[in-house]
Order: sequence, then structure tokens, then C-alpha cells
Amino acid sequence: MKNPHELLEKNVGLLTILILIAISFGAMAQILPLMFDQQALQPVKGLRPYTALEMEGRDIYIREGCVGCHSQMIRPFRSETERYGHYSVAGESVWERPFLWGSKRTGPDLARVGQRYSDEWHRVHLINPRDVVPESNMPGYPWLAENKLDGKDIVKKMEVNRMLGMPYTDEDIAGAEAAVKGKTEMEALIAYLQQLGTHLK
Amino acid sequence: MSMFWTIWISVISLGTIFGCYVLLKWCLSNKTGVEEGVSMGHEFDGIEELNNQLPRWWTILFYICIVWGVAYLIIYPGLGGFKGVLGWTSSNQGVLSLEESRLALQQDIEEGNINEYALQIKYANEQFDPIFAEYAKTPVEDLAFNDEAVQVGKRLFLQNCAQCHGSNAKGAATGFPNLTDDDWLYGGSGDKIKETLVLGRRGAMPGWLNSMGEDGVAEVVAYTLSLSGRDVDTALKEKGKARFAVCAACHGMDGKGNQLLGAPNLTDNIWLYGGNEKSVTQTLYYGRNGVMPAFNETLGEDKIHVVAAYVYSLSNTQ
Repeated sequence: MKNPHELLEKNVGLLTILILIAISFGAMAQILPLMFDQQALQPVKGLRPYTALEMEGRDIYIREGCVGCHSQMIRPFRSETERYGHYSVAGESVWERPFLWGSKRTGPDLARVGQRYSDEWHRVHLINPRDVVPESNMPGYPWLAENKLDGKDIVKKMEVNRMLGMPYTDEDIAGAEAAVKGKTEMEALIAYLQQLGTHLK
Repeated sequence: MSMFWTIWISVISLGTIFGCYVLLKWCLSNKTGVEEGVSMGHEFDGIEELNNQLPRWWTILFYICIVWGVAYLIIYPGLGGFKGVLGWTSSNQGVLSLEESRLALQQDIEEGNINEYALQIKYANEQFDPIFAEYAKTPVEDLAFNDEAVQVGKRLFLQNCAQCHGSNAKGAATGFPNLTDDDWLYGGSGDKIKETLVLGRRGAMPGWLNSMGEDGVAEVVAYTLSLSGRDVDTALKEKGKARFAVCAACHGMDGKGNQLLGAPNLTDNIWLYGGNEKSVTQTLYYGRNGVMPAFNETLGEDKIHVVAAYVYSLSNTQ
């Protein structure tokens, strides 16, 4: 009798298809149910959509690669909650696209950094972190204070997010460009940072 | 999680494990048509493939993994809504507000549920609450002489306060006060330090460029600098003194400040935003808005008491 396994060993296309089917079992058990799970879809009571300025700040956070050194995910351990505050819950991230949870902590977690420091502290710290924290090895981002936002794409960004579920009103979107135009990137990033983690009330 | 998804996940997970078992069994029987230990007929560079059984140690490990997987899914949550026979959970994940979370945590602690996070908090509360409760009985001014309490306070300070006030508590020249010099914006008694920590502070120095103009500000700067004994142009100083009445509303006629408002003493040559002519001019032009965040939510009253003792100790016992 011929070895039936030889069919797979000598037919790489078939092998690929069968591997994909095998992997998809994992996705079907782990990913698919979460897409319909109330716990993963229901916003926490205080959640609100980003303002236009915060939305721009979030994109600067992404552009500058902050997520490479800062996580936004407080795990449910006392050693973390003592330092950072209440652990992160799913309902805080229901409108996040993409997630900025991160997986690397060269710097501290930022999931609840909002309102922890003053705007002025953030300004000084982002220009040169060592002015306020001499031990810091974070790079400075002085250009953020000089670059101005033109607000060119903000309406589109908000419309896409609305399509994906962020409850923006027409007024929010209509006023978006005016709200960000001429503001510095620094102001936008600080606005974003100052609301992080403040919605779980 | 609904019944449908629980069944969905269970069927896939357990089915996959069973499938692995079937596959392993199937692979263990010889279907190649070649006797065991005999060449499969491939040869390359003098290396031949022999038809050998799967290694026994590997096969046993595979069986152990299957048993382990099934046992895990029975004991711990993994199959949709099924919580496992232990009722183990990592934390209360579905909470939608801090209040809800607090109540759920309290309930878990009281009922002794196997909630990993609640167990950690319960253990810590049992360990540390009596210590903090003991500290709370002593007034801040006396606790500052308790070395152990001061060390605890220092740890909390490094964790929560050092980002602005520096790890040596000497502050930074950009508006973050030095806490070691016994010069206080809002008062340096134990109660006042605690009040600052619990409620936070909002310093508000208005800008005067619009109402005084550049010349007016220059005069006031001259007078202000003279208050701490600096040599300044006498004519400017005299004009500035006349304008100082509006400043006196907060800083006092003598310029010694007002701790009720957080208005700094201008006569002691200690400067929050820099004391050179340029910095003082900037302060007068555009104003300053110092912010001390409230720490009641983060630390709670008992820990604030100990942090206050550390801060008090910096300028009173060392």
C-alpha cells in the first residue's frame, strides 16, 4: 500500500491549505467569539470619543514610536496597580484602532498617565526629559513645540473612526479642522496624554 | 458569554485535542509499506532515510500534553463561559466604573473567592494596613522623627512625586518647588502639606503685559528684585513701587506673600521660575500657572500621611 502521507509531503500547495485550516481552528476559538462578546464590546461608563486635538495627538504618539518604549496596559497585579492605578479593562479600549497596548516597557506604562502631571510638566519633559527627571534616558522631542498642525486630514480620520463605531456627531466633525489648525504638535500630544486612562471613573 | 459561544469554543478546543490524539495514534502505526528499520529508498550524499518509529520519549511527552490540556480546561477557565471547577479568575475584568470595581473587589475579598488580584490585595491589606493605621495615629510633625516611617514615605515619594520634585526633592528651576528649603507656598505644617497632597493645588499668577505694558513691567521687575536685596535702578524701582499695589493683593504690601493663596514670598531670594531679570520679566509678561495634581485617588489618606511626614522631615529634622 502506498504511503498516504506522501501526498502531503510532495504537494506543497495542499500542505499550505491544510496548515491554514489547522491554524484557523485557533482563531475560531480565540478571536471570533470575542468579536461578539459583550464584555469586550461594552464601553466603560465614562468613555467618550477623542476630541479632534486628542486624535491628532494620538497620531503623533504613533508617528514618534512612543509605543516602542511605553505600554498602555496595566496588568491586574498589585505591583502594577500600586504604581500605575487601576488595571486596564476591555471597556476602555473598545474604540481603539489600532490598539496601542504595546509590549515593551523601557519607560513606564502610560495607560493612566492622564492628569497625573501638569501640562507644563509634559511640555518641559517632552522637550528635554532630563530637565525634570535627571535619571531619564528618554529622548527629547523639541520639534513637537515648533511643528504646527494643518488639520488637513482630521475630518477624514474622524469619519473613518465614526464608521468603525466611535460615536461622533456631525458637529464634532464639522468643527474638527478649526479646532486643530494652527495648534502645535506638542499641544496635541499633551491633550492626548492628559486624557489617557481618565475614562474609567 | 452566551451558551452558543461556550459550546462553539468547547467543541473546537476539545475536538482539536481529540484530533491530536487521533493523529498521534495514526502516526504510530506503520502505513508506509516498508518494514521498520529498513531504508525508505531515499539516499542523498550517503545519507539514507530509514523507516523508524516516532521516538518513545517524544510520544510519551505528547500524551502527557494531552492529559495536561484536558486537566487544565477542567480546572481553569478556558471553555467559553465555563469557569473551571476552582472558580479561579485573574481579576474582575467586566467592570465599567471604579465604584463597581471597588465593590466587586470587596465582595471577592469577603467571600474568599479565588480571584488572583483580590487575593494579592487582601494579603497586602493584612500586611500593611496595620502599619499605616499605626502611623496615622501620630501627627505628621512627630512621625517625621520616626525613621522607619520616613523611609516608607521616601519610597512613596520616589514613586509618585520625584518626577516633578526630583529624586532629591530639590525640585527643578522650571516651576517645580524645592521641598527641602523650608520655604512654603501653601504652608509647611503637617496639615497643610497633607491638604496639598489630598486636594492638589492650582497656582495662578496672571500676566500683566497687556495692562502694564513693557515699560510698566520693567518698573515692577526692578522693584520686585529690590525686595530681595538686589541692586536696581532707583528711578525704576520707585515707579515700580507705585505700581506694586495690584501685586500686593496677593503678595502683600511688604511682598512677603500669602500662603492662603499660594502667593510666593518675593523677599527671600528663593525663586520658583528663576530669579534673574529675564525670568521675572517672563513671569510678569505672561503669568504662571503652577499645577500640583491631587493624590487622594492614587495614594489614599493613610499613605499621604506618611508621604507628608517624609516631606516635613526634609526641612525640619535633617
